[in-house]
Amino acid sequence: MEKLIAILSSLHPDVDFESNDSLIDDGILDSLDIVTLVTEINATFDVIIPAEEVVPENFNSAEALMELITRLDEE
Amino acid sequence: MLFTSYGFILFMAVLLGVYYIFPKKYQWTLLLVASYFFYAFSGIENFAFIIFTTLSCFFVARVIEKRKVREDEYVALNKESLSKEERKAYRAKEKKKRFYILILGLLLNFGILAVLKYTAFAVKNLNSALALFGADKLTVPDLIIPLGLSFFVFQSTGYLIDVYRGKTFAEKNIARLALFVSFFPQLAQGPISRHSDLAAELYTPHPFSAKSLKFGLQRVLWGYFKKLVIADRVLVAIKSLLGDTSSYTGAYVALLIILYSIEIYADFTGGIDITIGIAEAMGIRLKENFNHPFSSRSTKEYWNRWHITMGSWFTDYVFYPLSFSRLMMKLSTWSRAKLGNAVGKRLPVYIATSVTWFLTGLWHGAAWNFIVWGMLNCLVILVSQELEPLYRRFREKFPRLTASYGYHCFEATRTFLLMGLIRSLDCYANVPLSFRMWGSMLTTFNYKSCFSGGILDLGLEIKDYVIIALAVAVVAVVAKLSEKRDIREWLLGKTALSWTLSAAILIAIILFGAYSIGYDASQFIYTQF
Repeated sequence: MEKLIAILSSLHPDVDFESNDSLIDDGILDSLDIVTLVTEINATFDVIIPAEEVVPENFNSAEALMELITRLDEE
Repeated sequence: MLFTSYGFILFMAVLLGVYYIFPKKYQWTLLLVASYFFYAFSGIENFAFIIFTTLSCFFVARVIEKRKVREDEYVALNKESLSKEERKAYRAKEKKKRFYILILGLLLNFGILAVLKYTAFAVKNLNSALALFGADKLTVPDLIIPLGLSFFVFQSTGYLIDVYRGKTFAEKNIARLALFVSFFPQLAQGPISRHSDLAAELYTPHPFSAKSLKFGLQRVLWGYFKKLVIADRVLVAIKSLLGDTSSYTGAYVALLIILYSIEIYADFTGGIDITIGIAEAMGIRLKENFNHPFSSRSTKEYWNRWHITMGSWFTDYVFYPLSFSRLMMKLSTWSRAKLGNAVGKRLPVYIATSVTWFLTGLWHGAAWNFIVWGMLNCLVILVSQELEPLYRRFREKFPRLTASYGYHCFEATRTFLLMGLIRSLDCYANVPLSFRMWGSMLTTFNYKSCFSGGILDLGLEIKDYVIIALAVAVVAVVAKLSEKRDIREWLLGKTALSWTLSAAILIAIILFGAYSIGYDASQFIYTQF
């Protein structure tokens, strides 16, 4: 989780990613951020997130994103 | 049949009357007949294309879904006998097969779009290349592009991809899919709907609702106001400015940028108001296509607020799949190792953004103007992205200034002018001319003569500019008010005020619609895309 928070914080240092659960709904993460995020996740966790998984429920919070990474890793 | 024709108004009046007395269960079939009737006015021969798209998408989606159901059944049946690895391998193999079927469906539909829309452009460019070697030119084919081709192909291919991704179901009734592809209000200029949003709206019975009818008609009226009072009046001056580009340089280019921004806003948002209003009058909710785009404080924000359904189509079906493809991930890993973290991180974003904007430009039209327009948008977005740390430091250093209303206005004006400048590529005949015209704003100092009397030589009189200014002010005030509340909901309990305002808009359309200055209601700009 710390690694993921570090990636997210490098995109928006002013956002509290530990508690925020509306990253997409509030427009904090945009499409360019998401691509950077996904490439960083690929480099750090060796997990490829397919395009169909880019839905607000998976990206609205660090926790949801971590769950997605874990699920894809297990699949 | 144009939205602005008397024929269309008659068609709508009859349809609305029949729609609400028709058996509710079969309302959707009436909509299909109405949509095909509407489409027939654009040319009977065009039916071949819309029917081809409907048939190909119907069968491809059905095959994809059937294979997925079969795959799930097989895995469920053999749950005990298959190991995790065998199950994964089987699913991967089946997914690949479904992917190839999807590609076939996409190729069939984009193939038609490519041939009809881009063959002439490709041949012209080929001829330019052949001319360099003194070779004979090829004949440029004169192909007719069916009404709404770009819109219905995009909507239908979005449906195919969503079925493949499991985000929607494959229609079992071909007539239902035919309605999804051809639903007439959105056929000519969008919005580009998703099957998961629109299907239930189209096929659900809609009992008569006075509120929906009233809200829908109010919105239609508002759309006609924008189109007929503002867009078509401004168009007269724009045509004059483009009719003599050797004279109308310098200040006139700045004037064109502002007038064209006003025109395209009034034309496109007005057209979408009519579209959404017609659907709403029948109880059908369509996705919004705009969210106060001219109050955007950055290019990125602007593109989240302007032509939203097209933007999200490109984001979901081009930008993300390309960015997250294995090839791109490999490229990112390779570039991180060879060129460093900073480059490796950016490369997928840069490539995917460039490809997406190239295709967005091409979608708008088969001309270099549109491609350059797309690439300039891409450039501004990527440069802004790179400058973001600088902006952030600026905001941290001057928190009060950057939070002030004045600074927000400055940012919105900057975005409006920048987008207007790039958008003017739509207007001029070619890219070199556009660049020359932009340059003339810095070299030809005719601002005084332009604004002291020159603007009255463009086919519009003082009273026309006054009407435009007042109408734009009304639209701006309404836009500002509607940021905080739904004005029609607010008017709901205020019957007298609601009717007075609706009557005032209708009178304004009758009195100030641009009929009296030698101009008939023109085609909507986005219909040609």
